[in-house]
Amino acid sequence: MTVIANFTAQRGEFTLEFDATFEPGTVIAILGPNGAGKSTLLRAIAGLVAASTGSIEIDGVVVDDSQKTFLPPPARSIGYVFQDYALFPHLKVLANVAFGPRSRGLGRKAASRLALEVLTKIGIAELAGRLPSSLSGGQAQRVALARALATRPQVLLLDEPLAALDIETRAKIRLELTEQLSAFSGCTVLVTHDPLDAMMLADRVIVLENGAIVQDATPAEIARRPATPYAAALIGVTLLRGTISNGELKLDQGGILHTADLDVAGPVLAVVRPESVSVHREQPAGSPRNVWPGTIVSLQAAHDRVRVQVDGSPSVVAAITPAAVADLGLAPGSQVWLSVKAVEIDVYPTVKH
Amino acid sequence: MTPRRPTAPRPLFLLIPGLIAIAFLVIPMIGLLAEAPWGSFGAILTSQVALEALRISMVTSIAATVIAIFIGTPLAWLLAREILPGTRILRAMVIVPLLLPPVVSGVILLTAFGRRGLVGQWLSSGLGIQLPFTTAGVIVAETFVAMPFLIITMEGAFRSLDGRFEDAASTLGASQWTIFRRITLPMVGPSLVAGAVLCWARALGEFGATITFAGNFPGVTQSMPLAVYQALETDRSTAIALSLVMLTVCVVVLVALRGRYLRPTTS
Repeated sequence: MTVIANFTAQRGEFTLEFDATFEPGTVIAILGPNGAGKSTLLRAIAGLVAASTGSIEIDGVVVDDSQKTFLPPPARSIGYVFQDYALFPHLKVLANVAFGPRSRGLGRKAASRLALEVLTKIGIAELAGRLPSSLSGGQAQRVALARALATRPQVLLLDEPLAALDIETRAKIRLELTEQLSAFSGCTVLVTHDPLDAMMLADRVIVLENGAIVQDATPAEIARRPATPYAAALIGVTLLRGTISNGELKLDQGGILHTADLDVAGPVLAVVRPESVSVHREQPAGSPRNVWPGTIVSLQAAHDRVRVQVDGSPSVVAAITPAAVADLGLAPGSQVWLSVKAVEIDVYPTVKH
Repeated sequence: MTPRRPTAPRPLFLLIPGLIAIAFLVIPMIGLLAEAPWGSFGAILTSQVALEALRISMVTSIAATVIAIFIGTPLAWLLAREILPGTRILRAMVIVPLLLPPVVSGVILLTAFGRRGLVGQWLSSGLGIQLPFTTAGVIVAETFVAMPFLIITMEGAFRSLDGRFEDAASTLGASQWTIFRRITLPMVGPSLVAGAVLCWARALGEFGATITFAGNFPGVTQSMPLAVYQALETDRSTAIALSLVMLTVCVVVLVALRGRYLRPTTS
């Protein structure tokens, strides 16, 4: 059930360039901003969009070679959960779930029986007689998943499966989805722009930006060493680009940071975690090697911390306690001093793709 | 002075012309009721002329609607998905019969399907089919004039249908035919009903193209409007009675549509 996708696809002016192999039994999260080509990737695997060049292979079968071979969606073994679910509004839940098996040749009764089985397995058999318009967001999500799984696909494609849900439901459904996906033996491609989805559900994260892969790594690796400012911002850290030698990091945006990394040399990325940045009203004396002035751009409450965006050389985000904000009397426009210990800066060579 | 209750503004410069328009539309209908020959109503409606006109009207208008559903709906789908080359031009051609004076439509049909017409000579010499001055000719005339109503309604419905439903059905393994039958058609069902009723009402009222192309022969091509027209010259009360029947049919249809066209369109 391996999926080998090495292709380009065109959508108007936009081109998606993709090259990755998905292993059976794994969950791959496609993370990226709007317009990065995430949905185009799913549509190409499903056969709703044709590849312009290259080829797509599912379980040893070439489904699209961008030349002669193009298998339409019904000929591919895929389950697709659409954004906002696209449940057929005129069919009851049971008929929605039975639609796939029925279209694939099962009789009316057998299809209904199978649909009920799938609904029971997901724990929503009681919804069988309801119309989609009467379902809550979480229920609709489960029905959409049941409908996609009812055809026993080899590849499961999920397009923003949790985006339509409110925050509380999202956490609950995310947990459920984790279980369902681990029980699924095929490979799952999950499109999301929520890093939490990617971290919790996926074995592997591919970051797409402007139609190209910018990073392909494990969730932990992405969290530790994001390759682009977009990925860094998702995780909530500051990513700086520069050139290092002898532990002295010259930043592309201006400014110098001292690091504890003496072995690395050349172009690097450096991660500055908001918790490691200290904010002062006066220039601090003492041990930190990195001290520089800046101006506060914005303050934003996040959980038990306040994220402070500071403009300077370099510009970074600091996370401090609300009490500290009050003590220091911080507000947008305030002049502050920042400090970071050299050992707190994580430096790694620029990832190439 | 008692405080005025706040209400929606009612500017006189809109109110007065609006009321005149209402009067203009409603007073003639009242006039028809006032002059209706209530006493001899039953006798007129059971006369042979009236019964035959009613039969011809029903048969031809229903046939025209069925034809329009079976060929107009697929065309509407093709136009909505812009599958054919020159969709814009095709759409304009579809609308032409809506704007054309019906008598001109009749002339057009004669030049095409008349005995010496482009298609007609081939139909008559090759297949022995005569359309002008036959009941089939009435159906052709009504279809020509009324089908655009169905096509336009259905194209709008297909166009506003979210493509993801068809995509979803496709990924679930449904063939094009299954998708159209089980997803597309049911989802545009209300529009199909509305379009068919509009089309049927227009076919029922067809006069100009019918009398030009099919003539006015009682029992063969004389539909209700033609019978009304002819009766008006000889027997005014028959004309009024028949008109009243058609007015009643229109009102019943409006009610049956449950105000689908009585509400302002928002979606």
